[in-house]
Amino acid sequence: MVVSELSISKEETAHIAELARLSLNESELAQAQHDLSEIIDYMNKIAGLNTDGVALTIQPCPVANVWREDVVLPSLNREEVLANAPDRQGEFFRVPRIIEAEGADE
Amino acid sequence: MKLCDMTIHELAALLRAGEVTSTEITESVFDRIDQVEESVGAYVTTARDQAFEQAAAADKRLLQARKRGSLSDISPLMGIPLALKDNICTRGIRTTCASKMLADFVPPYDATVARRLGDLGAVIVGKTNMDEFAMGSSTENSAFHVTRNPWDFERVPGGSSGGSAAAVAAGEAIGALGTDTGGSVRQPASFCGLVGLKPTYARVSRYGVVAFSSSLDQVGPITRDVWDCAIMLRAIAGRDERDATSSPEPVPDYCGSLKETDRDFTIGVPSEFMHSGLDSGIRELIDNAVRALEDAGARIVEVSLPHSDYAIAVYYLIATAEASSNLARMDGIRYGFRAEDAHGVQAVIRQSRSEGFGPEVKRRIMLGTHALSSKHYDEYYLKALKARTLILGDVKEVLEKCDCIISPTSPTVAFRIGEKLDDPVALYLMDVYTTIANLSGMPAVSVPCGTLKGLPVGAQLIGRAFDEGTLFRIAHLLEQACGESVKRPPLEAMKGGRDR
Repeated sequence: MVVSELSISKEETAHIAELARLSLNESELAQAQHDLSEIIDYMNKIAGLNTDGVALTIQPCPVANVWREDVVLPSLNREEVLANAPDRQGEFFRVPRIIEAEGADE
Repeated sequence: MKLCDMTIHELAALLRAGEVTSTEITESVFDRIDQVEESVGAYVTTARDQAFEQAAAADKRLLQARKRGSLSDISPLMGIPLALKDNICTRGIRTTCASKMLADFVPPYDATVARRLGDLGAVIVGKTNMDEFAMGSSTENSAFHVTRNPWDFERVPGGSSGGSAAAVAAGEAIGALGTDTGGSVRQPASFCGLVGLKPTYARVSRYGVVAFSSSLDQVGPITRDVWDCAIMLRAIAGRDERDATSSPEPVPDYCGSLKETDRDFTIGVPSEFMHSGLDSGIRELIDNAVRALEDAGARIVEVSLPHSDYAIAVYYLIATAEASSNLARMDGIRYGFRAEDAHGVQAVIRQSRSEGFGPEVKRRIMLGTHALSSKHYDEYYLKALKARTLILGDVKEVLEKCDCIISPTSPTVAFRIGEKLDDPVALYLMDVYTTIANLSGMPAVSVPCGTLKGLPVGAQLIGRAFDEGTLFRIAHLLEQACGESVKRPPLEAMKGGRDR
């Protein structure tokens, strides 16, 4: 693996990982840089396609906005929903303290 | 032939006649599971006790209907043991997406497709193995175990719905549901000698199906023949209040349309897909299939899909961009895996995702994140959305004069386990024939058309939006002409495989 030949830099790979909220160690970072570069090299073929004046396709069979009556319907059972929480306190999801933790984290 | 090796429509006839019970069929399926599952590894979770309760309930309903003379009101799926891919939520049965991230996730609700099958009286055998979050073409990306192809245990069953295909091929379920984002129902069906359908985009509700790429995902059946596929699509298709993207288009009687004898079809063969690089054995089988359809009365025309060469790049840019957004919800806060030693909100999210996701999922999230990042958005994501318009235009133009487009489903037969693990791009290129159906939203079905060195080969038919009926009729013609050679995997070999 020759680093200079890769189309995505190590810094860029680390930036993508940060945006994706993934922590990669040194060897994972090198592997990701290699894999992403190889994949992006292939994807770059679309640069050669002329798309001037072509509209976007967001989804293939568009349906118009869907409206419904604003009626109250039963919701999911709270106990069953909370049963999947990694950590809970009573009827709440328990999460780390945001303000203190952010300071300690950064 | 054992009950577990029969088709849905054969078993439905026996159930109505009172010649077998759902309990007997379910026993036959679980006997087969006990016999081969250790070798095949089709399931992440089996639901034995619940399955036998459902079978008993179905037997009761069948008995009552027979007494009242109301059998015609009963679905052919009543009492039939089916498997669901493990990204389809099932209330009370864990739904893992074959990921460490959701290893202990027990949904508090049923996906609409699961509920519809349950309401019709189907028996749910269990949840099948898959590539993690449906990302892959071999089921080797499962966080839990490898699934083996019942035709050859050294080979993959395809993916990402590999567990569903392996289960149906091995007699561990009579039929199954998978999901197809870029070929994930059709390619495993092809590798395992089965029929696999990706319905038209918006034909089937996705409520409760864990999202991978929302503009591409569809739920589809994997079955032993076209008739069974039509039965299953009829059961799951239609508007769902809980999925705003589901279409209000009425659901026709697909089995009824299979009885029509009209054979005046025009079938397009795209020159780009039958190029010289295609494996000569597969090319020959597809040529045979085309000739068989011609002999059956169809008109064959050569067509062109000029932008198809860009399909893989466009597909992987759009699918990964959407996946990076969809999987942002996996943060270890409300459900799913939470890393233990993380301190602070950001660290909990980062570490939970880093430990919870496998390598291919991380790779795709990063690729999608890159394509959506402000610096590259125009160059990759927007460009791909425009290229998608061109590909959609190609497909629409061909389908104005043709009833369907025929091609191979996959450029190869089932490959060896481990063979392609280290080369992501090579694996992506395997989707060369399948992705245009997802990008264009058109329905596409893989139908067995022969075997190559003892391994099944599938032909893909792409049809017009919301016209699965025509697609089924052409698929049925092809099945009658070529499908006989691809029956079931050699069962003796499967039994022999138990000692491995």
